Amino acid sequence: MQQKPAVHIIDDEIIAPLGWGTSANLAQIKQRQTAIKKHKVSAENFYYAALFEEEKLQQNFDQLSFSTAEDFTKLEKLFLLTVHHLLERNPSINLEETVLIISTTKGNVELLEKAENSIPEKSKLYSLGKTIQKYFNFKNEPITLSNACISGGLGLSVGKRLLEEKAYKNALVLGGDVVSKFTRSGFQLLQAMDSEICKPYDKKRKGINLGEATAGVLLSTEKQNSIIQIVGEATANDANHISGPSRTGEGLVKAISSALNEAHLEASAIDCISAHGTATLYNDAMEAQAFGRLNLQQKPLTSYKAYYGHTFGASALIESILSIKSLQQNLLFPSLGCDEIGVEPALNIQQNLENKELKFALKTASGFGGCNFAMIFKNLKYA
Amino acid sequence: MHKNHQISATVLLRNHQVILNGKVIFEVAKDLELSVFLKACYQDLEIDYAKFYKMDLLSKLGFIASEYLAKDQKLNSETALILQNSAGSLETDLNYQASISDENAFASPSVFVYTLPNIVLGELSIRHQLQTENAFFISEKFDASFLIVYLQNLFSTNKANAAICGWLDLDKEGYHVFLSLITQDEKGKALTAENLKENYE
Repeated sequence: MQQKPAVHIIDDEIIAPLGWGTSANLAQIKQRQTAIKKHKVSAENFYYAALFEEEKLQQNFDQLSFSTAEDFTKLEKLFLLTVHHLLERNPSINLEETVLIISTTKGNVELLEKAENSIPEKSKLYSLGKTIQKYFNFKNEPITLSNACISGGLGLSVGKRLLEEKAYKNALVLGGDVVSKFTRSGFQLLQAMDSEICKPYDKKRKGINLGEATAGVLLSTEKQNSIIQIVGEATANDANHISGPSRTGEGLVKAISSALNEAHLEASAIDCISAHGTATLYNDAMEAQAFGRLNLQQKPLTSYKAYYGHTFGASALIESILSIKSLQQNLLFPSLGCDEIGVEPALNIQQNLENKELKFALKTASGFGGCNFAMIFKNLKYA
Repeated sequence: MHKNHQISATVLLRNHQVILNGKVIFEVAKDLELSVFLKACYQDLEIDYAKFYKMDLLSKLGFIASEYLAKDQKLNSETALILQNSAGSLETDLNYQASISDENAFASPSVFVYTLPNIVLGELSIRHQLQTENAFFISEKFDASFLIVYLQNLFSTNKANAAICGWLDLDKEGYHVFLSLITQDEKGKALTAENLKENYE
């Protein structure tokens, strides 16, 4: 088999209610601070979610010199800011050799509320790529994907795969979603939301909180100063149910096994896990089954959902960035919300901030449609 | 490009016709509703699969197209599912949006579940018992060159050894479905962007 080029993590950015920029996010996580708050819809209807303060978002956006003639959606503003920060910090990146990959589940779906007879062009998911391409002069056609809750992670896989095939030198992978009446009402109908801050893997977990965020990761086949490499990744479908996970974690086991196989690693080599941990009854139980089947149940594991809520298209990308930060800083970050373990086999939920030498980090995600994702990052400090 | 992989079958659903490997094999009158065409296809296929009736239109289109593709064969258990479209799950999004905008309408969780384009990949995975690589891409137009590179990576890294790929689109204007079955069969057309695109236009 022909040798494929290695794919390196060059830079990352998280813009979330928890913090503006990756470092601000880390500062909050180290302090165990959540961005999830109670939000009122009406007198009787409330929900817990991590939402942006509109004013702060607008202030940050106004500092950029984008044409004010165009009426940007909230998600567009967030994506434009994310790309702006990444390109500003990486001025030498050649956009002609760079592919833009956008992961989102619902894009600007809120525009459908006002759609009467015609469908607004911006409600099409590919329009996000067009907006970003236009404002930063990306030469190549952007790639958009919409694959439920694994979207942000799959974006990294797609970037890695295209770089391995030498189709491009760099990939700028973005993930994002905002909270709308559309998603809020849907998860209320599914009775999948906790009426308090969510409790991943806890005995009393009752469901998700909603969240909104964008994130970006710059990948390259040129190592530059990077010490983190993607060494394995895969997706696999459960082939079991469209809106519930396989009870035995079939697809997740297969995705992790395939990623380990590509990395030429045994499961025992993994030092830490950034898991999906949505805090729904079935997801967390399924993950425990899958990790147990692979003998990964003792590995320090963190769910970030009680900091961010479930940010859908952004979540697996944000949580991949946090895996990368763990490796770069040799730090295990605390999982929030699990007071009494409520999954079988018991997982080793990371409760505190802890210094530890970390060589390999595993990121996983699962979603509607039965999809599962796994990716392994390697810390080259210990290569 | 791929020595071992060929386009071994193609199916096109358009204007209420089913075109398998370039030949019209089933059709109904063009003025019928899409749902009537799909039900007629289901009957033509002589299958018994109750889940079909619960699917949204996008999933039904994907289901029917892949049933014709796989009609005379069992799919390889490492068949990846890689689809693209332009409208995402827009038809079902609009139905769901209408149900939450109108106070007298009944918003249904089973409609909400279909407001993701990749749900059809789940339906196809269940039907054919495929625990494989899945991805749903959104682009204004069919991007065959991208698909070729993506498949090349899946095959060369042994993450798949066959694929159903193509275009599965539905909006207010109509539907356009073009799927290819990629296998290691000897017979078939070369797996190139030109050949993938041939029946798309």
